[in-house]
Amino acid sequence: MAAGVQTQAQHQIQTQDDARTVLQDYDPDAFFCEMLRPGQPADPGLTLLRERLAHLPVSALRRRAADAERDLLERGITFTVYSDATAIDRILPFDLIPRVITSAEWQQIETGVIQRVRALNMFLHDIYHEQKVLADGIIPKELVLGNAGFCETMVGFDVPFNNYVHVCGTDIVRDDTGRFMVLEDNARTPSGVAYVVENRHMTLRVLSDVMAGLHVRSVDDYGMRLHSALCEIAPQGVPEPQVVVLSPGIFNSAYFEHVFLAREMGIPLVEGQDLVVEDHRVFMRTTAGLAPVHTVYRRLNDDFLDPDVFLPDSHLGVRGLIEAWRRGNVAIANAVGTGVADDKAVYAYMPRLIRYYLSEEQILPNVDTRICAEPDALAYTLDHLAELVVKPVAESGGYGLIIGPHASKAQLDDFRARLKADPANYISQPTLKLSVSPTLTDAGVQARHIDLRPFAVTGRNTWVLPGGLTRVALRQGTLVVNSSQGGGSKDTWVLA
Amino acid sequence: MSETLPVTGTTYLIARHAGSALWLARYMERIENLARLLDVTKTFAHDDSDWLSLLRINGDRDEFFEHYTAAGQESVSRFYLLDADNSTSVQGAITSARENARTLRALISTEMWLQLNVFHGQIRALTEDDLAPDRLSSVCAMLKEGTQSHTGMTEGTFYRDQCWHFYMIGRYLERADQTTRLLDTRFNRLVPQAGMGEADIDAGEWHTLLRAAAGYHAYRREHPHGYKPNEVAGFLLINTAFPRSVGLNLAQLEWHLTQLRIRYHLRGGSAALERVDDLNTSLTHTAVDDLLARGLSPFLDWMQRDIAMLHNDIMKGFCGGE
Repeated sequence: MAAGVQTQAQHQIQTQDDARTVLQDYDPDAFFCEMLRPGQPADPGLTLLRERLAHLPVSALRRRAADAERDLLERGITFTVYSDATAIDRILPFDLIPRVITSAEWQQIETGVIQRVRALNMFLHDIYHEQKVLADGIIPKELVLGNAGFCETMVGFDVPFNNYVHVCGTDIVRDDTGRFMVLEDNARTPSGVAYVVENRHMTLRVLSDVMAGLHVRSVDDYGMRLHSALCEIAPQGVPEPQVVVLSPGIFNSAYFEHVFLAREMGIPLVEGQDLVVEDHRVFMRTTAGLAPVHTVYRRLNDDFLDPDVFLPDSHLGVRGLIEAWRRGNVAIANAVGTGVADDKAVYAYMPRLIRYYLSEEQILPNVDTRICAEPDALAYTLDHLAELVVKPVAESGGYGLIIGPHASKAQLDDFRARLKADPANYISQPTLKLSVSPTLTDAGVQARHIDLRPFAVTGRNTWVLPGGLTRVALRQGTLVVNSSQGGGSKDTWVLA
Repeated sequence: MSETLPVTGTTYLIARHAGSALWLARYMERIENLARLLDVTKTFAHDDSDWLSLLRINGDRDEFFEHYTAAGQESVSRFYLLDADNSTSVQGAITSARENARTLRALISTEMWLQLNVFHGQIRALTEDDLAPDRLSSVCAMLKEGTQSHTGMTEGTFYRDQCWHFYMIGRYLERADQTTRLLDTRFNRLVPQAGMGEADIDAGEWHTLLRAAAGYHAYRREHPHGYKPNEVAGFLLINTAFPRSVGLNLAQLEWHLTQLRIRYHLRGGSAALERVDDLNTSLTHTAVDDLLARGLSPFLDWMQRDIAMLHNDIMKGFCGGE
């Protein structure tokens, strides 16, 4: 575009923005809108927020958004994208218009998340011990024992309080009726919590007038809660356990979050090279010599943790760590082998697992999921491919999935062949009409799809950070909210 | 300065982080120093030999002539301001400084990180245009301002635990080293040779030397009449009030090493402390007169080597490295 044309276009936007206020021309279409909520009982906090937004010109919001974006980049609140030889620091785009959760809604999410975390931990304890769930035929044996996330090393090994998943991120969406549903459980090393806290700080910096007087629940004690939980699981008899955050290093795309966690907990941020195991005890190399470590909050995958047990040529981990753990000299969070619990195929069994272990019905339901390994489900999926979302079970990051209604005929045919070749690798779900939230775009304030990832911290008990990461699909119509694929985020306000 | 601070907590410092703190300070000092040297050379250079001596100060002659044929304002400025392949350039230094700061991000203040991140962006954005004679001074001003903001924020916001002590040690090591280099390259042409009177030395040369060390006005207050070689050398080597004198920097470095021992009971500093002692002993007024009679250069060489070994003593004693 020529420079003159761009200026003219910008001028046009400018003039329109001055005249409009934030919610003036906003139209969520047939989707459930988290801001307008037609047909729902009025919430005084939300009503006040809408009134304030109704008086805010779009141009003012755009100015504040530009300030916020520059601020994020300068503060280095970024993730790193690698392409060829270059590393680029990118911010997770931040949309200023908050996502609101009422206190009644939060009650359901909080109890629902706690319920799932309990069930996941009981499932993990069971499959690494008696395997009653397999003997009772609740879930196919091969799905669990043959799962890439199932870890032989964990069989017969006891973890503190029988809890494996100390930090869990539960991905939740809302359909066009406003019903909350769980899309997936992230039980390995879920990330994103740093953005929850940083987004709040950003809101306080650039939008405090809009937030004033609303009783939004604080997100500031995440680090303190996590630190307490990590101390609880430390070996018994240590009065002040030394906890560390173990990161793959400064070149990891989530390094900022590792910094955030270490800073919030006031503990060292270490790499594998800073730790050493002697006599099956873990130490860190300090300026005073070796100092004991009691809990390792690791932010690297199982495979890289210990070259003695997993990938032998990994330099990121610590030789002997797993044996030190098995001997009870150190705690590791999350435990090794939790990947089997957040597998997309195992997810499909969650309603049954919750019933089996807790004798309860799900407080937060699953999305209706078909397991293509089962012949009826495969037949249904093939017949309705154009209406369904089909996901490979072993992938994450939104890659390799197909969204039927958005796919071309050629893409559908191609996918059908792949599905037939390896049905056990796929699950299918109905295409959801995800809820939307007003979001600032180049063309004014428009509806964009969002999801929610609350973070649950478990030591002896489970605590859920009020709110969580609201991700927003910035491209119109798209449903993929992953940060690596053009997603952004919003501050999440849980009203007291 | 001789007082001892009370002990705070028993928080451990990861050995690798101590090294990063030390390097962060060194790289930031280097940027400031390079900016001063470029600025002074640009302002007071008589001919290209002044640009050549700038390369000599930094020990960069060989590296420079691998890529450039002649030393002049344009080529040397380019070498130091734009050349990302040159590890001793401003580009190389800010990249390394930022990498160390990134490693330390959980320990340094958010203000320090924010400023450094923005400063990094400014330096990366330098272009050909900034090498123009009429732009060079403002680029140097920007660099000095950036490093001084960093220094100020460090003073005002960096929590003064172990990590801070290592940072300060890095700063004083670098300053001591830079001052010996500055003296080394400029002094020989300033000291009267046999048969030459003091008046034969161009006063402008002394002026330039003291300016490059940011000490001209302070020197004038201390010594209001003319320039005497032993007074200039004494000012830069042993004056205890001049922020860039070798003696003052070693004294401050010694204080920080001692704090590490007393406040944190770290035992890794004895070799370094001994070496600082040796260096200090050689820095007295009689020693300076004596040195001038015998030639300053071998002494400065020895001093630079010893400062480098001091760095190694510290890395070995505390940071688990060589």
